[in-house]
Amino acid sequence: MNGKGLALIPRAEGKQTLKDFKSDQEVRWCPGCGDYAILAAVQSFMPELGIKRENTVFVSGIGCSSRFPYYMNTYGFHSIHGRAPAIATGLAASRPDLSVWVITGDGDALSIGGNHLIHALRRNVNLNILLFNNRIYGLTKGQYSPTSEVGKITKSTPMGSLDRPFNPISLAIGAEAGFVARTLDSDRKHLHSVLREAAAHRGTSLVEIYQNCNIFNDGAFERMKDPATRDAITVRLEHGQPIVFADQAVRLARTGGVEVVPRESVREEEILVHDAHNPDPSLAFALSRLDEPAFTHVPIGVFRSVDRPSYDQLMSEQLEAATAKKGQGSLSDLLHGGDTWRIS
Amino acid sequence: MTKQVQQLDRVIIRFAGDSGDGMQLTGDRFTAETAEFGNDLSTLPNFPAEIRAPAGTLPGVSSFQLHFADHDILTPGDAPNVLVAMNPAALKANLSDLPRGADIIANSDEFTKRNLAKVGYAESPLEDESLSEWRVHSVPLTSLTVKALEEFEISKKDAERAKNMFALGLLSWLYHRPVEATIKFIESKFAKKPDIAKSNVAAFNAGWNYGETTEAFSVSYEIKPAKLAPGVYRNISGNQALAYGLIAASVQSGLPLFLGSYPITPASDILHELSKHKRFGIRTFQAEDEIAGVGAALGAAFGGALGVTTTSGPGVALKAETVGLAVTTELPLIVVDVQRAGPSTGMPTKTEQTDLLMALYGRNGESPVPVVAPSTPSDCFDIAVEAARIALKYRTPVMLLSDGYLANGSEPWKLPEIEDLPDISVEFTTEPNGEDGTYLPFKRDTETLARPWAVPGTPGLEHRIGGIEKADGTGNISYDPNNHDLMVRLRQAKIDGIDVPDLEVDDPSGSARVLVLGWGSTYGPIAAAIRRVRRSGSEVAQAHLRHLNPFPKNIGEVLKSYDKVLLPEINLGQLALLLRARFLVDIISYNRVRGLPFKAEELAGVIQDVIDSE
Ligand SMILES: Cc1ncc(C[n+]2csc(CCOP(=O)(O)OP(=O)(O)O)c2C)c(N)n1
Ligand code: SF4
Ligand SMILES: [Mg+2]
Repeated sequence: MNGKGLALIPRAEGKQTLKDFKSDQEVRWCPGCGDYAILAAVQSFMPELGIKRENTVFVSGIGCSSRFPYYMNTYGFHSIHGRAPAIATGLAASRPDLSVWVITGDGDALSIGGNHLIHALRRNVNLNILLFNNRIYGLTKGQYSPTSEVGKITKSTPMGSLDRPFNPISLAIGAEAGFVARTLDSDRKHLHSVLREAAAHRGTSLVEIYQNCNIFNDGAFERMKDPATRDAITVRLEHGQPIVFADQAVRLARTGGVEVVPRESVREEEILVHDAHNPDPSLAFALSRLDEPAFTHVPIGVFRSVDRPSYDQLMSEQLEAATAKKGQGSLSDLLHGGDTWRIS
Repeated sequence: MTKQVQQLDRVIIRFAGDSGDGMQLTGDRFTAETAEFGNDLSTLPNFPAEIRAPAGTLPGVSSFQLHFADHDILTPGDAPNVLVAMNPAALKANLSDLPRGADIIANSDEFTKRNLAKVGYAESPLEDESLSEWRVHSVPLTSLTVKALEEFEISKKDAERAKNMFALGLLSWLYHRPVEATIKFIESKFAKKPDIAKSNVAAFNAGWNYGETTEAFSVSYEIKPAKLAPGVYRNISGNQALAYGLIAASVQSGLPLFLGSYPITPASDILHELSKHKRFGIRTFQAEDEIAGVGAALGAAFGGALGVTTTSGPGVALKAETVGLAVTTELPLIVVDVQRAGPSTGMPTKTEQTDLLMALYGRNGESPVPVVAPSTPSDCFDIAVEAARIALKYRTPVMLLSDGYLANGSEPWKLPEIEDLPDISVEFTTEPNGEDGTYLPFKRDTETLARPWAVPGTPGLEHRIGGIEKADGTGNISYDPNNHDLMVRLRQAKIDGIDVPDLEVDDPSGSARVLVLGWGSTYGPIAAAIRRVRRSGSEVAQAHLRHLNPFPKNIGEVLKSYDKVLLPEINLGQLALLLRARFLVDIISYNRVRGLPFKAEELAGVIQDVIDSE
């Protein structure tokens, strides 16, 4: 967390409350959809930032999740399928005084919009991307998505899906995103803590939020919610803390990656201490692979939070440098520059 | 020896060589000298899509044609009077365009067995009789250059490379061009390599002296400056004028320019040019693809910038969905399509007018978009300002259809007075416009039907827009059938109601029976053809469309007041199709889709045929 994410955004004068961020539009997700919990979490989180509501913008693509901006009483742009990162990039790059949030789904971000996503991450514009991963296409009524497990039976894959899923965290770290985190729709406290760090980070933050689609993929994250299984598989990453959970610990493996071992079998100093600020993304990537096969051990929290200049900031600096060097542009000088001649 | 000086009223020169021979640079410099001298001029570069096709082959030939005169001219000329051929391939590729009696200046050093064989010459055409109908000047340009540069400590290769400057020097002598600016240009271009700078200047001077002293050239030519309207002029290409127009639009609107673009021939130069002008607060964003380019421009427009995206046909195809989003969210946006030969990759460096129907209709749903098209390279400046005016006033994406011919062609441009540029400033909405302090993002201006534009950062006007159909006024999501019908019609009515100047008709006698209509870059060739036809005693009227959607209000009337309307297009009749459908006028189409502009002579023949046929 570099704490600069909000530096250029004007502060709100009075105190804001959850109500200020609720729009007057009726929320229209299926009853029981995980999107409700995320919406409530974001609405209750925003006042904490203390920035002007009118300087907050939610931009989304298409999907159930992408309806989100309509429910936030901020500026909002519900755009087209997959393109929200591109649209938000233009907005954030030209308006560093805005807090820009991208709301996207697993299909929106990783299928049709995969190209924009990786380039946004690489470029590091000041955006917060919330990827609602329900491992299914919700809005189009239940086809498998690029995060669905192999063999997924859906309407479009009656004999099971064939293609391997993306792990969004691995993908983002592979694209060398500066801030990568994962959280869960049902864990409001954790969600808030991750959002807090994402907002404070200047540059592109990617937050994967596991979201239950109770209609087309119910229970996809049940093992992380069921008290009987949850603690044994959830690896809570905290910067500066040894990575331990239940009676397990994470250490470097001989293969070059990381591995889970019984805690009692390792010496204290062998346990990996999480360093989210490590400029080298290799370990963060290795941690993202702990979840292979899926839901054996699922790290949540901030995988990586590395400070580097944001694109919009660098762009502004170029404009300032050019102006400092030769003064503000004059249209007349521009047109009369080059070889001119006069006819009288 | 005093040499004879002959007066000419106009000349067309074509420089042709291998892509590596620097013909574009040579042409550009000769153009700059000619502009400085005060001739009217028009240029046509023609280069292969390959950066370096195999040296010495036909596909590798690059050329630059320049037409200059002591009077105002309209085109780069149909056929060259002079061909400078740097190698056998350049000769072979261009000979068929060369009228009998024209001059050929050929670099004889390159007419080696090997080079001749590459293009299928069994014998050197410089030595047999095959060129007897032309005036051939065989000049060993390479060896003369190398010899002139003997005293310089540069490699043989670098010395040989300077042969284009030798040729430029020779041509500059032949046509009495001023040379100081070229020498300065060379010095600054190679400022970091003083040896190269000096040797290129020396090669240039040697070429000039060669003309002065050799007996091979006994005559030189003078073309008096043209009597153009008084003012300050510069030479400008279409792409540069377009970039300047966009900058002017930013200044005149008071909005920062945001360009989202992905490189593509022949539009990339606009991106390059705008990237240089950060002092104007211009942000240029090279996106990961065309969809992101237009998306970012639209996002910036949502934030209150003048959003622009520049591309060519394949890019417009990719941008379609986002342009539709701009239509329905009613945000200002400029989409520049520098058309090139299609479909698909087509012929990237060749020109065409084949994207008109795509610009108008290439989106899902009822998705009306204003379309404008410049008619000359310098008109690209004005049309960019006009596109911005429409986009900002009516809150709509605007398609600007330039093409490869305008983009790379150049002409003298009489600089506008800054005070004369239109004021296209906009005021953002800052106060609620609904009852009880609400903000209605789709409550329209009663006159223009434009919606208000409140940008993020404005307190109290927080609102959401998007691609889903919106309720009239509030902008809330609406699936109401009648509301959709209303919104479809309102969006259409807004575009139909755009204030567009009347179509002007050039019909000096007022009694012509045939009207020649055009749009876009065919203006020059059509106007030149009309001159010829009139000179030969026939009457004919001309009108040229810069606004293709909506059409000027008087267009139907104009079309109906002539017996025949001839419409040349570099497509298979796209505008003709629209006019026939809209006005039930039996347009006579003339179409050639060769990737090249029309020739004035060709069109003059077609026009005459239409006049004569009954
Ligand atoms: C260009 C385009 N192609 C396809 C669609 C149809 N479509 C809408 S949403 C969607 C997938 C949504 O899945 P996801 O992004 O995971 O969002 P969710 O509904 O699950 O939240 C698809 C295929 C579309 N709207 N636009
Ligand atoms: S389909 Fe699934 S994701 Fe969409 S609203 Fe219903 S429960 Fe939520
Ligand atoms: Mg989904």
